[in-house]
Amino acid sequence: MSAAPAGYSQALDLVTRVRGVRGAMLVSADDGIVVAEQLMEGIKGAAVAALAGSVASRLGRALEAAGLGAGVFWHLQAAQGALLVVGAPSGILVVAVAEPDVNVGLVRLELLRAAEVVG
Amino acid sequence: MADDVKALSSQLAQDPDSLVFLRLGELLRRKRQLDAAHRVALTGLERHPHLADAHDLYARILADKRDYERAFDEWDMARRIAPDHVGALKGLAFLYFKVGDVQQAAVHLEAAQRVAPDDPGIAQALSLARGGSGGAAGDEAGSRAAAAEQALAPASPGAALEPIDDTQVFVGLEGAQEGLLLLDASGRVLGGALKNPEGRDVTDAVAAYLAGVSQEAARTAKLLGLGAWSALAAEGKQGHVHLTALAGDVLLLVVRDRSVPMGRLAVIAQRAAGAARRWLEQQR
Repeated sequence: MSAAPAGYSQALDLVTRVRGVRGAMLVSADDGIVVAEQLMEGIKGAAVAALAGSVASRLGRALEAAGLGAGVFWHLQAAQGALLVVGAPSGILVVAVAEPDVNVGLVRLELLRAAEVVG
Repeated sequence: MADDVKALSSQLAQDPDSLVFLRLGELLRRKRQLDAAHRVALTGLERHPHLADAHDLYARILADKRDYERAFDEWDMARRIAPDHVGALKGLAFLYFKVGDVQQAAVHLEAAQRVAPDDPGIAQALSLARGGSGGAAGDEAGSRAAAAEQALAPASPGAALEPIDDTQVFVGLEGAQEGLLLLDASGRVLGGALKNPEGRDVTDAVAAYLAGVSQEAARTAKLLGLGAWSALAAEGKQGHVHLTALAGDVLLLVVRDRSVPMGRLAVIAQRAAGAARRWLEQQR
């Protein structure tokens, strides 16, 4: 786990305490670099951060092109798990890696709270 | 036309919640199969009680059956749901002509003309109504009203319905031409269309961006050991999108404004995915 301001750790705690969440990280949206992370063993944080940043950026452009404004939350569903992301106003993405049957509504709320903490 | 009835009936059987009943009901009405049209319209109304078009269709069928009282109620209901519904306004004007109330007919025609200024039927009927309500002799006023009534009458049996476009993937589904899109992994559009909240076509731009999104989504899911990705839902400040990965790298996109919750969007996407899969099978 990388060293990070206490606020970052608090933000990640909000997310990882939700049952079914395997890990959480804060990612710089601009360059896809890990800012802070709390991930389970074996998850390649740097690579996930880069891809999450890229998906967020492309999705953001698609939303803007569709006239739907800036992206607030996105949820990638897969056979064996899910990736959930909320953007903080500072340009940091709060990312959760979760089990497939996780309570998406609850994770979304905690991600939004974490984004407020991150600022 | 028989084939059209068969095709539409088949589509409706596969997806009973589809709005294709509107076309099927109208087609049957024009073929003068009024009992069948009546059944289709009623079943559609049971599933879509708040759809003005469904009440309008039912009213036209009732008018054909000369059940003018109930037709009035249905057009009135359509207008309550959608005050600017041109079909309902024209239908009500038609019925007012029938009972000789030219003034009320003109009021409804004026409202219809404000919504559809280029509709020649409305313009013609309105002109006849105005000419006929100025104290003309009885016979003349009567013949003008009859002509106006004819101009407004629901389309005659022989009139052709717009041909069914087999290339339309989402025919009958809500938002088929502004909120549903089928594209391949390279961002090429296979069907459907997208419009932004201002009504501008944004199909190509959104398709191009989303092709990249799906590639990144697949890489991310693989890297995380999550298996194949099935869907990507995103919430924007003014609306939501739901991207579904269909077989063969085909993507389905559903877009709705924020009044449609994300969970409901997933249900709409599931329904549209069924239509898209059937269409893809037909193309192969």
